[in-house]
Amino acid sequence: MTTERTYSISRSSKTSLVAAVVGLLVLVGLAAAPLWAGRADMRLLSEVFLYLSLACLWNLLAGYAGLVSVGQQAFVGFGGYMLFALAIFAGMSPLAAIPLAGLLGALVAVPVALLIFRLRGAYFAIGTWVIAEVFRLSFAQISALGGGSGTSLPVALVKSIASSRSMREATTYWMALGMAVLVLVVIYALLRSRNGLALTAIRDSELASQSFGIDIWRHKFAVYLITAGLTAMTGALIFLQKLRISPDAAFSVNDWTAFVIFIVVIGGIGTLEGPILGVIVFFLLRETLADLGSTYLLILGAVAIVVMLKAPKGLWGMLKEHTGLELFPLSRRVVKDKT
Amino acid sequence: MDWVNAIVQGVLLGGLYALFAAGLSLIFGVMRLVNIAHGDFIVLAAFLGLTITTTLGLSPLVALALVVPVMAAIGYVLQRGILNRTLGDDILPPLMVTFGLSVIIQNGLLEIYSADPQKMSAGALETASLSLPGGLNVGVLPILMFAVAVAVIAGLQWIFYHSSLGRAFRAVSDKQDIAQLMGLNKAHIFGLAMALSLAVVGIAGVFLGIRTSFDPSIGPGRLIFGFEAVIIGGLGNLWGTLIGGIILGVSQNIGAQINPGWQLLAGHIAFLFVLAVRPRGLFPRID
Repeated sequence: MTTERTYSISRSSKTSLVAAVVGLLVLVGLAAAPLWAGRADMRLLSEVFLYLSLACLWNLLAGYAGLVSVGQQAFVGFGGYMLFALAIFAGMSPLAAIPLAGLLGALVAVPVALLIFRLRGAYFAIGTWVIAEVFRLSFAQISALGGGSGTSLPVALVKSIASSRSMREATTYWMALGMAVLVLVVIYALLRSRNGLALTAIRDSELASQSFGIDIWRHKFAVYLITAGLTAMTGALIFLQKLRISPDAAFSVNDWTAFVIFIVVIGGIGTLEGPILGVIVFFLLRETLADLGSTYLLILGAVAIVVMLKAPKGLWGMLKEHTGLELFPLSRRVVKDKT
Repeated sequence: MDWVNAIVQGVLLGGLYALFAAGLSLIFGVMRLVNIAHGDFIVLAAFLGLTITTTLGLSPLVALALVVPVMAAIGYVLQRGILNRTLGDDILPPLMVTFGLSVIIQNGLLEIYSADPQKMSAGALETASLSLPGGLNVGVLPILMFAVAVAVIAGLQWIFYHSSLGRAFRAVSDKQDIAQLMGLNKAHIFGLAMALSLAVVGIAGVFLGIRTSFDPSIGPGRLIFGFEAVIIGGLGNLWGTLIGGIILGVSQNIGAQINPGWQLLAGHIAFLFVLAVRPRGLFPRID
């Protein structure tokens, strides 16, 4: 007689549990950074968090929804400009203006998506770039926001965040950390949900998922809006840190899209862990090679090409293939029940 | 009169944009590849022309005889060496690899030539002009550029529909595997398509360099103009691309006539307008 074995489907594993605990500890440690880190370190960390947020969002867009955009700087810049406009014209506190900038970013993405969703594949990519150019040229025409040369955030408004300089720096640091956590939580919750299953199916095969009755257009549209809103919020935070905005800086394709794409491609596209690993690698490279100037960018371009040709799934993809490691419990696996 | 002038200059400028676009359109037609570095190759060709004219003391138009074959060779090697390995169902690898190339070319040019704007001199040709009836003066150089654009497009059209190479292009475009079974080496055909594309880029780059000043950072802007001309004209239609380029050039010049700050914006808006009302372009041939 054979004993009957039962199986069940589980998402979590021992690794993901350990990863969750370690992740939480790291988060607590990072949240306490104003206690242990210097001013320069905190600025660098804030930048890391905001790039992490942009990378995760681009990964959701390109890696899951198949919407390869090279125009996300449109929403970074739009969010930044909305923060400045709301603060300067409506006297709104930056803290309140940031979520509103995100909301406006999602709203403006509606007509944008309706237009550029008519383009397919690589032409969609360049179409998004045109949109970003239209945004840049339009904001350069608004003289109340400084036109082509840009404007600064009024000192009084900056001081309204917190009275002392160290407290202000701690607040903006926490907001950057909070933004990265928010983005990770939103994407994780989305991918765990029913819609996330549909998105993962779309990622793996559009044709097959369509035959299962998934409305591809609606899912892509929703992801585009969510990404645009959160990207605009991140953009608002980026320019709150900088305290100054200009069209060329706000809508820079290099800063807000090229670097972000490198982070995701090197880390591993289509996984939640990839951008996290990618952002660490990117900043390690930058902090060691940035003095080389344009040579550093040459190296970055070459690394991206080599990764795309040799390991199209990126560093995390390679790691996952060899070890089956998964830090975020997203995929389902069959486990034998204990008897 | 200013308006007529703006429109005539816009039409002639459209010829240059069609030259930017023709190579882009060609490789998309043959292998569904969009080269993000296309604009940077145009700038590379301009710098190549600059080096040749300054070191050998040649006129830019003579330098074309060197620039075009060199660019074609770069195209063939690039396609066989790198880009063929990225082609497949997934659109991401070719996009990322050409994006990486774009960054490499831009920064490579920056290292060699610095960020200073450069310009090629074509001597008396630059200032020569023709008087048209109605008091209109049109430069000889823009007319020459437009004529070259029309000739290039007619040439490509001829290659595509009346030569054995064009038959091979159309065959791999329709069905790669069957074309391979019929004895075509698709890797080689793709190499030739990219060579032809970059040969046109060579012409475009030299004319760009004569017409305006250029620096290593302007490539992406040229890619966007070319792309807009392709989409306005309709995918896969080379004569449509010429008309797309003309519409773009005229829109930009009309915009500039209203307000200098609106030049580029007007071109983009014309593009978005066409996208909104005729998503497949004005004269589409392929999906």
